[in-house]
Amino acid sequence: MKTNTNNNQRPLIERPIQETAFYPSYKHLIQNDNYEEWSGYTALASFACEGQEYFAVRNTCGVYDICPMIKYDISGPDAERFMNRLVTRDVSKMLPERVVYAVWCNDNGHVIEDGTVFRYSATDFRLCCAERQLEWLEDSSIGYDVSIADVTEEIAGLAVQGPVSCRILKKMGFTGVENLKPFQLATFPLHGYDVVISRTGFTGDLGYELWIDVKNASDLWESLFSAGKPHGILMMGSEALEMLRIEAGLMLVNAEFMSCFQTVRLNRDRTPFELGLDWLVDFNKGHFIGRRALLKVSMKGLSRKLVGIDIDWNKQADGALIYDSKDASKQIGEVTSALWSPILKQNIALAYLDAPYFDGGKEMWAEVYLHRECMWERKMYKCRVAQRPFYSPDRRRLTPPNDM
Amino acid sequence: MAKHYQNIVIGGGHNGLVCAAYLARAGQSVLVVEAANEIGGAACTRELVPGAKVSSGAHLLHAMPADLISDLGLANHGLSFSAQSIKTVSLNADGPAIVFDGDTVKGEDVSAEDEAAYQRFNADMQRMAKALRPVFDKLAPEPSIETWAERLTLLGLGLRIRSLGRFHMRELLRIIGMNFYDLLDEYFENRQLKAAIAMDALLGAEWGARSMGSVLTYLYRLAGYQRSKGLGLALPAGGMGAVSQSIAAAAKAAGAEIRTSAKVKSILIENDKASGVELDDGEKIQAGRVISNADPKQTFLKLVNVDHLDTGFIRQIRNLRSRGRAAKLHLVLKAAPQFKGLQEADLGARMLIAPNMDDIELAFNPCKYGRYPEEPVFEITVPSASDGSLAANGQHVLSAIVQYVPYDDSAELDANRAAFLKTILQQLERYAPGIGKQISHAELLLPRDLENEFGITGGHWHHVELVFEAFLFNRPVPALARHSSPIEGLYMCGAGCHPGGNVMGIAGRNAANQVLKGGQ
Repeated sequence: MKTNTNNNQRPLIERPIQETAFYPSYKHLIQNDNYEEWSGYTALASFACEGQEYFAVRNTCGVYDICPMIKYDISGPDAERFMNRLVTRDVSKMLPERVVYAVWCNDNGHVIEDGTVFRYSATDFRLCCAERQLEWLEDSSIGYDVSIADVTEEIAGLAVQGPVSCRILKKMGFTGVENLKPFQLATFPLHGYDVVISRTGFTGDLGYELWIDVKNASDLWESLFSAGKPHGILMMGSEALEMLRIEAGLMLVNAEFMSCFQTVRLNRDRTPFELGLDWLVDFNKGHFIGRRALLKVSMKGLSRKLVGIDIDWNKQADGALIYDSKDASKQIGEVTSALWSPILKQNIALAYLDAPYFDGGKEMWAEVYLHRECMWERKMYKCRVAQRPFYSPDRRRLTPPNDM
Repeated sequence: MAKHYQNIVIGGGHNGLVCAAYLARAGQSVLVVEAANEIGGAACTRELVPGAKVSSGAHLLHAMPADLISDLGLANHGLSFSAQSIKTVSLNADGPAIVFDGDTVKGEDVSAEDEAAYQRFNADMQRMAKALRPVFDKLAPEPSIETWAERLTLLGLGLRIRSLGRFHMRELLRIIGMNFYDLLDEYFENRQLKAAIAMDALLGAEWGARSMGSVLTYLYRLAGYQRSKGLGLALPAGGMGAVSQSIAAAAKAAGAEIRTSAKVKSILIENDKASGVELDDGEKIQAGRVISNADPKQTFLKLVNVDHLDTGFIRQIRNLRSRGRAAKLHLVLKAAPQFKGLQEADLGARMLIAPNMDDIELAFNPCKYGRYPEEPVFEITVPSASDGSLAANGQHVLSAIVQYVPYDDSAELDANRAAFLKTILQQLERYAPGIGKQISHAELLLPRDLENEFGITGGHWHHVELVFEAFLFNRPVPALARHSSPIEGLYMCGAGCHPGGNVMGIAGRNAANQVLKGGQ
């Protein structure tokens, strides 16, 4: 355990922040001390330049330390029944060595979180998510023959993302990694230990996530970076990831929605429908937590929905309110995450829009505030509903990927 | 092809039978399935030894509404009483007893001030209980004001309380969340007198006189006396089993079927709708609706497959308080027991052993930590004094509720039971010298034994503790308060629902009404 310190300063707040298993390997690359806390771990917002890190993922390979991601191992004869009741989609259809994106709700059908479900075998699953929720999982396991273990501290993870990610992994000796389809996983040997590689990520690009026992972290990191160095491999921080995930149109807990465990105000809870995740809700698979509430909700029309929008001009529309007209007479939505997309040269955002605006085709205006030479200016820009993902290159889906 | 019923009621306790009777009278087909080989649940009469019978669960009827008894014609189906409005006598090992008869109290050590105070206290409490009674008698209101019906219900409750007048309304709001200890101190001097009154708020509960909310349970009990319209504390002829038998007879006469020795293993659910029950032997019985008289924990943690339930709901059910704190003592006596200070003619009265409120509190404390009390408090009846059919050849049976006992399912249960029985008998000996020698058979049922005998989780006769947070729309949990459940076609009709326990039957009647309304 270490306290969060900047090199030249006393700690602002004394509190334990843990280093990830990879931290000793990459700390020499940290140039601007742009730290942040993530689930009790030291994480980097950027190593040197977030723009450069962003472009590494789009052009070569960027690596993101995902050790702090919360990981629960769920095993036992009833693991499939347990998982199928927990999440809204049908995981009984999942084959072993597959990964799916899933969302799970409380009794009221309000979203607790979204995350990924890894299936290793008929009886072994892993749930990866951003927030701790062991209590909910344990209470949900009452009546099931399953064991639930928080393995966050035991499993180290690296996201290796970008057009040359596959090539680097092949060079490391992961023979056959190119045959992994999106959302498929497999176990590969490396220097006498196992590396689980899943073709998953949060960047909307070709990419893989590598999962190992924490004790092998430095060996994996060294191998990866020595193989990747000629290909322009770069560590990246959360600021670059934020740009990437917005271009990929992916939502983030505490940005697009808050877990229903944490909301205080009324009307801050979200159903999967409001998040545009109706494709994840399977009413035909039998009961799951929140099903009855969601069934009722689904009978009524939606009053708001999260969509992608495209805004005129090039001023990033952070926190913009959206109106029905240029004179801002009626608010009809708001931006949750915004980005001037470097690769698309487009002003994009994720936003909640009221009915019927989320269906598109109506006139909408975003109210954008600009800070220019120490003065705030308010600008109204026309905007429209746009397809998500905003950016989705073919290499994201191609198996095997083009050998770049 | 097997018969398909419109309704299956799980559990032939009194609420299940009442529910079945009302449904059958409305022309519905009903099957009651009871796990035991006799119907009645905790309102039953059991033979202890040849020639001696006792009400082995509840032993007094004091809360069943008069209109329910007349409505179901229970008198025509065999219900009669060997005694009604019996007195209450608070025993004293070292001095004179105190006798409560109607709204008067008498005792050598009871001052004229206390006698007058009792009249005043009684009038005050009866007035408040009357204002609250409709709340206890009716279906739990919705806690929302979305529809006019809901608004009117809540408005009505407010108006009834307001109609007490400014003084009594304020007084009710002052005392309703209060502890009984302090309230009784406001009225009375005599410590034994206060303890005797306090017992009515505490019987069957997991709390002492100093616990918050004990005033509410006293008013709840008074409301029960009021709705029984003069029956008061009553002894059914033939024991409490006669109550259940008469309801069963009424239900059968209306067309309901009753099967005993039919233990339900699980509630069948198809397409998210209750479709019947499966018995222990594998037999499946189909029905349009399943109405559970089992307690909420039993129903939702054992009978319903957890695949069909949400986690938040399971949490709520698991957190329900259902730790029975009352044990049941049954003695067969070779002759009439002699209690100190008790007139021979009063042997048929209800007797209390609770010397003062601090003793009640001291008896309560150990059970919180899983220990048995050294000097428990008692409610004693000798039903054979007024009902010769219960004991032959000059024998007597004694039935007592013994408080406060921990829920004990340890490996030492048998040894603990034997030791505690010894404690109890030693204490009884002080109040009835020589009773030990008169005993020809003794039986002590601890909460764990009551759980086994009646199939009630924790052996708690209210199913779920009667506490402020588990009243009205919160009883037992909001999703079940109006008898329907998260699962379509699955209803609850037992004491776990508003208005709660005691042999009352209102939950069963309200459930039947809701079922017939297709109720939400």
